[in-house]
Amino acid sequence: MNELRPRSVAGAGLSLQVNGQPHLYDGDRLRRLADVLRDDLKFTGTKIGCNAGDCGACTVLIDGAQACACLVPIGQCDGAAITTVEGLAEHGRLNDLQRSFLAHGAAQCGICTPGMLMAASDLLARKATPARQEIEDALGGVLCRCTGYQKIVEAVQDVARAAARPAQQGAVGATLAKVDGPAKLTGRESYGADAIPADALFLRVIRSPHPRARFKLGDLDAFVAARPGLLRAFTAKDVPNNGYGIYPKVKDQTVLAIDEVRYRGDPVVAFLGTRAGVEAVREEDAPIRYEMLEPIFGIDAAKAGAPVHADKPGNMLADGGVTHGDAEAALAAAAHVVDVTYETSFVEHAYIEPEAGWAERKGDALELHVSTQNPFQHRDDVAQILGLPKESVRLIATACGGGFGGKLDLNVHPLLGLAAWLTGKKVAYVYTRPESMAASTKRHPARVRVKAGCDAQGRLAGFWSHAELDTGAYASWGPTVANRVPVHAPGPYVVRHAQTRGTAYFTNCPPSGAFRGFGVPQSAIASEAAMDELADRLDMDWLEFRRLNVLRRGDATITGQVLGDSVGIVASIDAVAPSWRAWNAEADAFNAGSARLKHGVGIGCSWYGIGNTSLSNPSEMQIGISAEGRITLYCGAVDIGQGSNTILVQIAAEALGVPAGDIALVVGDTALTLDAGKTSASRQTFVSGKACELAALDLKAKLAALGGRAKLRDLPPDNRGDALSGFGRFDPPTTPLDANGQGDPYACYGFATQVALVEVDLDLGTVKVLKIAAAHDVGRAINPQQVEGQIQGGTAQGIGLALMEEYLPGRTENLHDYLIPTIGDMPEMTCFIVEDPTVHGPYGAKGVGEPALISTAPAIFGGIQRAAGVRVTKVPVLPHRLRAAIRAKEGAR
Amino acid sequence: MLGAREAEAPDYVRPDDLAEALRLRRQGAQIIAGGTDFYPVRVGRPLRAPQTTILDLTALAPLRGMAPDGAFHRIGALTTWTEISESALPAQFHCLQAAAREVGGRQIQNRATIGGNLCNASPAADGVPALLALGAEVELLSEAGARRLKLAEFILGPRKTALHDDEILAAILVPRPQGEAISAFYKLGARRYLVISIVMAAGWLDIVDGRIAAARIAIGACSPVAQRLPKLEAELRGRAVDSDLAKLAHAGQLDGLAPIDDVRASAEYRSEAALIVLKRLLAELAP
Repeated sequence: MNELRPRSVAGAGLSLQVNGQPHLYDGDRLRRLADVLRDDLKFTGTKIGCNAGDCGACTVLIDGAQACACLVPIGQCDGAAITTVEGLAEHGRLNDLQRSFLAHGAAQCGICTPGMLMAASDLLARKATPARQEIEDALGGVLCRCTGYQKIVEAVQDVARAAARPAQQGAVGATLAKVDGPAKLTGRESYGADAIPADALFLRVIRSPHPRARFKLGDLDAFVAARPGLLRAFTAKDVPNNGYGIYPKVKDQTVLAIDEVRYRGDPVVAFLGTRAGVEAVREEDAPIRYEMLEPIFGIDAAKAGAPVHADKPGNMLADGGVTHGDAEAALAAAAHVVDVTYETSFVEHAYIEPEAGWAERKGDALELHVSTQNPFQHRDDVAQILGLPKESVRLIATACGGGFGGKLDLNVHPLLGLAAWLTGKKVAYVYTRPESMAASTKRHPARVRVKAGCDAQGRLAGFWSHAELDTGAYASWGPTVANRVPVHAPGPYVVRHAQTRGTAYFTNCPPSGAFRGFGVPQSAIASEAAMDELADRLDMDWLEFRRLNVLRRGDATITGQVLGDSVGIVASIDAVAPSWRAWNAEADAFNAGSARLKHGVGIGCSWYGIGNTSLSNPSEMQIGISAEGRITLYCGAVDIGQGSNTILVQIAAEALGVPAGDIALVVGDTALTLDAGKTSASRQTFVSGKACELAALDLKAKLAALGGRAKLRDLPPDNRGDALSGFGRFDPPTTPLDANGQGDPYACYGFATQVALVEVDLDLGTVKVLKIAAAHDVGRAINPQQVEGQIQGGTAQGIGLALMEEYLPGRTENLHDYLIPTIGDMPEMTCFIVEDPTVHGPYGAKGVGEPALISTAPAIFGGIQRAAGVRVTKVPVLPHRLRAAIRAKEGAR
Repeated sequence: MLGAREAEAPDYVRPDDLAEALRLRRQGAQIIAGGTDFYPVRVGRPLRAPQTTILDLTALAPLRGMAPDGAFHRIGALTTWTEISESALPAQFHCLQAAAREVGGRQIQNRATIGGNLCNASPAADGVPALLALGAEVELLSEAGARRLKLAEFILGPRKTALHDDEILAAILVPRPQGEAISAFYKLGARRYLVISIVMAAGWLDIVDGRIAAARIAIGACSPVAQRLPKLEAELRGRAVDSDLAKLAHAGQLDGLAPIDDVRASAEYRSEAALIVLKRLLAELAP
């Protein structure tokens, strides 16, 4: 609510048109247009990603020209005509641009989609058939973290044709348009901050500005009493069970800090009040007295320094590995041995939707509406923190504007629950962008050392690796990362003698958690560099060296798992081999005529275990049918943009033998759906998809037993109004890893090969990725377009990881100092879908979300080496780092 | 505590009368124009301090438009970057038009003003090297009258200008060249769009009878305020415009710069890149 009393001298209100309708406004004229649109006029299709003009999600048209609604005072809109995403569809029918976005799969999570559509509308009004460069220039101000932009560009290029094309029908294997696409394209979709009740109070959290300090709280009651906009403060004393964490036995993170803060961003005090009231609190005024302590930064300091947690001397959180054969002896006997070390940086998820939600107490029950990847665990955690039975807590997942692992951890939830529970008020909490970046988890910085050896013919003989991980201030998903890395460390190769290890250390940095790939992308950078070097020792082609060594059906992995089926790595290499050969020839020809711009081609192979590592991770699904024959999929798996809403409907439709359009969907409501686990580990298509297939088959069998749909009317409706329902459960078959890390940690693996053609400017050290060919074995593509979307989006994140993304606490807490790829940073991309089915998955399908990312950085770094003759072992390869390496090489010559 | 004047002060005013705007300014009103630098520093915070008047300049017609004005070309301070990039301007403005296309995304270019870019005084302001190369002056108005400053005298340091509390930046004045002036702009950043420069350079050559009668070259993001390179400018004067120009650039011309280490690049890299960027700029001016 706008609480500032209007005191404008103009007297009369201002008038503006929004989507053709006139509106009068008489409030504060300095308010952001975005806030007026969202809060007063309820046009919540205009999204707020940063409030600083860095992301473009709030782009609207003002008199036809695109503008960030977060940067325009409503006072400047007097007499203006505003168009928001809600103004695009005519009479409830998507316009041509929206239809093209839908047909091309140009929306994934959908949070940037309104901004993209408005920027494109501005362009198309100026130029009906724009060239690619014009599209990039017009859309360059809107960031997308999901799609890699390719399908967005195609959608804008193809408006006229796509609009005329009929939508694809069908189930498994069809490019069905996203079932939630129309909602995302019209602004109807409701994200974490979109349905906050008008009478909700807001939370504001004061977070530590220091990486490590003890603190004392002053008189908070007096502080609150002096500020009429505040209702009360919350401190650690108010939290019944003030410890949480991912693992049953590690609950080291506090909802509000107790006496000590461990990273810049650790929450100390929460204030509840009106929105204006909490916003008016200046951090420096809060009565908190810090006594600074020497912080631990980096792995070496962690090993030697004072413990971040008193019960963890040496700061070691997790340490584990795999021993397979005798790596030491194998390396000693190998014809060629290489030894490489890479260091990576903190990487921010940078989902365009900041963490957001609201909560309400209903008698003895608590209801939370939040954007999450992890609804059931988050419900359980909130219940545990508040000391409530979990049946008393209902979590309803809103649409999620991007997650990538960052919304697997609790964020707004516990304080929302606490404040709503204790005060009985409706309570909302929306992170600002700087808060999101300071508080949320990051990709683990890793120092990965690899020693790899091969025989004189190029067969891998032995592999040794140690990944040391900076896990930050709290455990989060550190143990999962430390366990997954050694299992994957050599890459998708036959290695008879391997010793691999992962160790995670606490530091006073942001908690490192889950981020697309759980450490495997960092580890693959080092191991794939080692493969390049070994091939060079033999003067062997990089692709041929890999092809010689990759896993094939019947081979054993370093955990001793024999892969019985679905090993499509050779096929993925063969798919990109023509690109590899052609681009190498092109690069040679280019380089012959260019002195300071050089081209190079690199390659990366990867594998990734689908689902949790040696842990039970079941999904349960239900499909109901009402007396009238209405079919509903009750799905506890949340779609974070990757497309599970559509994929699971396609699977259910295939199994039931009905059109996908006949299936309604209820998603992520802990009261109405069963636990389908987390949207992580690339598991929803594979695990929840199989559960969905089984539920559909169960329903089909029950219907058959019933003797026809007509008999449904004879059955009493259940609590959801269904006459009959089918149930499916799937838990992928795995075995525990023994003391040597031997066992079957995953039921199947995704495989991929990517090839990158890059251009290096030797004088400036800049890199442009010109082309990428990506081949991914997904078992079976349930929806080929969505598979491509995952590959393209993952590749964009791989480019960011390789070339620009480096989170520095306190220095890059916004989206202009922290850089993610824009529409102009993407290469020409070709995707090849390899389908080597797994017997376990639905219709043979595996996962692709995380595999999409892993090969990209290795391929780029290989390309840089070929172009510039140097390897930069500190990631990201920023221009100054690459230039320093080139300078050193040129100086040495 | 609070004076009566403040208690009665309006919180937001958008006058269309310049005299009214200058009166409010004398009374301490703070300025907003395009808003693109105003809101980003207020994320999650109150938009104004209590009892502060925000003066919105955007309804002031005299601060708009671009037109020749005697020996100068006048650019109203409210001119947006899109207006600059898409207007038919004399050839010497090429550097400014190229810079205009690098200010944020199109949605920023549609709202952000050239005057705001100068008043915000960021060391990496995209417009400043180009305007230094163009020899721009600024016109400052107050109730006491108008005054003019060279751009280099106006921007004093990071976030610091010579604008008095009672003044409004009304226009940028670019002198007309003697002969046929050409210009160029080069920006180096770590991604394609929406990027704060690591180094940028703008150059302007006034060409009379095939020779350089005057030259102005400026480098941005390598010192607290973008800097001209007088040594290089002196060496350029009198030269023919040919492909040898790029060879004139050398490190000794950059000794006025003071690059720093920051999240975007190291100081060492900036020094080296500045020279490369300079050579490319000269090559673009004289291909």
